Amino acid sequence: MADIRIANLVKTYPGGHERATDDVSLDVADGSFTVLLGPSGCGKTTLLRMLAGLELPDDGSISIGGRDVTYLPPNRRNLSMVFQSYAVFPHRKVRYNIGFGLLMAKRDRGEIERKVKWAAELLQLEPYLDRFPAQLSGGQRQRVAVARAIVMDADVLLMDEPLSNLDALLRLSFRSELKKIVQDLGTTTVYVTHDQSEALSLGDRVAVMRKGKIVQLGDPLEVYESPTDRFVGGFIGSPPMNFLDASVAPTGDQLLIGAQKLTAPSMLRRYGGQEVVCGVRAENIAVDVSRSSASLAGELQVLEPLGSAVLLTVQVEGQQLKVQAPPSFRAAPHSQVWLSFSESTLRFYDSETALALTA
Amino acid sequence: MSRAETLPRPATAGEPTVAVDRAPLRRLRRHRIAVQVACVAISLFMVVPIYLIALAAFSSRASLNRFPLSLLPTDLSVETISSFLGSTGVFAALGNSLIVGVGTLLLSTLLGVPAAYAVARFAFPGKEPYQLFLLFTRALPIVVLSVPLARLFLVTGLYDTTYAVILLHTALALPTTILISASVFLAVPRDVEEAARVFGAGPLAAFRIVVAPMALPGIAAASIFTFVMSWNEVLGATILTLSRRTLPAQVLSSLSDSPLAYRFAGGFALVIPALLFIAVMRRYLTNMWGSTIR
Repeated sequence: MADIRIANLVKTYPGGHERATDDVSLDVADGSFTVLLGPSGCGKTTLLRMLAGLELPDDGSISIGGRDVTYLPPNRRNLSMVFQSYAVFPHRKVRYNIGFGLLMAKRDRGEIERKVKWAAELLQLEPYLDRFPAQLSGGQRQRVAVARAIVMDADVLLMDEPLSNLDALLRLSFRSELKKIVQDLGTTTVYVTHDQSEALSLGDRVAVMRKGKIVQLGDPLEVYESPTDRFVGGFIGSPPMNFLDASVAPTGDQLLIGAQKLTAPSMLRRYGGQEVVCGVRAENIAVDVSRSSASLAGELQVLEPLGSAVLLTVQVEGQQLKVQAPPSFRAAPHSQVWLSFSESTLRFYDSETALALTA
Repeated sequence: MSRAETLPRPATAGEPTVAVDRAPLRRLRRHRIAVQVACVAISLFMVVPIYLIALAAFSSRASLNRFPLSLLPTDLSVETISSFLGSTGVFAALGNSLIVGVGTLLLSTLLGVPAAYAVARFAFPGKEPYQLFLLFTRALPIVVLSVPLARLFLVTGLYDTTYAVILLHTALALPTTILISASVFLAVPRDVEEAARVFGAGPLAAFRIVVAPMALPGIAAASIFTFVMSWNEVLGATILTLSRRTLPAQVLSSLSDSPLAYRFAGGFALVIPALLFIAVMRRYLTNMWGSTIR
């Protein structure tokens, strides 16, 4: 086990014009679970591959446990990794696959056998030890890949979208299993995903990346509740955060949304007269069919019952909002509904820079 | 309403039903039969000459001159084939062919596999021209290649040796060896190799333990392809040798003044390796070219 320090990492792929990672710095504490989250092409996989030694950075440094590994070949970094495509060795049986790393490290036979048995038990692979990967299902193959990674006692465990090739149901059940395994193991883990729900549910910390930079780093709840910019809010959450164009009244005490008004939170005092973007999560909007105080009128457009809740699409002053209502909520399409907000859940962003406004 | 539709409809007699048009089904069946007939016709086109050659090679010398020729193996004997094998130079030529074939196979694999790996895995300056350049040896007719080579080999003392033919055949085989092996390496997923690297294997160990075993069937197919090419190549072998002829060169040079039986037996001896090749490699070849023929 070890901590990771990444400093000013720059990488441009040959033939590429944009930097895949642009001056990225990241510290990962010993034993923590960090998730790199971002849309495809944001540089998260490149960052992970540079950690693994499968790509070499143009500039910057990586150290693991205080040892500089920036340009060390992968086999000398003491890592283990789970690949998106499983990457199990198809010409070898499951037993050999799981023990491969230990075999390469020239551990003695008894130890390899013991550890393979332990990992197989943990991942329910015992009946399959003498099968070839081709005789296993996708989920079982990914279990083999995880088993191969955890027998290693590596300094750092890297995971590159390990769940994205599994079907939806399996992904959900394996996710919690994976979290438990990694928790019990206590290894420093870096996990790459483009799935925000995976990031929120697995990570101790989430690093949201965009265009080769880390745009927000924090614990999952913080990233979910207080996105530092519009991009993060729009990327995380299902449905993503709602954004309403609004302006602050010159006096600073009212928020004008089209022709309607809301009382502005006190933090907006010093932004009087400015255009802002108001961000609010679907579950933080209360909806009612009758008018209540301090609410916005909107027209209900779509009503989608999801079982545990009802997802509404409401048009307010020409802007669409997603609203999560209790499962019993019913209203006819095109009827008028009233939305009210709790001040503490509103987030405000600069309409030009899209960055969060501070009080 | 939708529930009602999923319930089985009670059969009511006398209710008018829509007539089922079975013409598309019949058309499909006719089409299938036509394809079968075409397959049989093409197979016959390939098999009949091979059968006739085999029949002639294993018939007695007398029966070849009989008229009409019997198309059934009524008169089997090993007389023809044994007289062919017994005639001067045939055994030596067979030996030379084997030496040249195996030598070509080894040399072209030794040179071609690393080149193929480089083409498949690495981006390097001049990769595109290099790949194009590989095909250039095939663009030149063998005669054009052989004559200057013969001169060169005369000077260096390699002329009329099996080495000379091995070198020529290797040059001819390398493009296909490299292209086939490169596609084989491309089919080995990169992350399997990367996994081996992360889990402690050096670059050579990763190749040896993971990539090579996965690529082996394809490379075996490519090398046997090379062997058959070398076995069948006549022109270059004829130009570059006088006394150490390979079998096809030997047969060709003595074809005009040899009896009919000798020609059939020689032809049969030349066909066999190709047939063996197809029999052994069928599975790999169909795999390689993505066909699903079983």
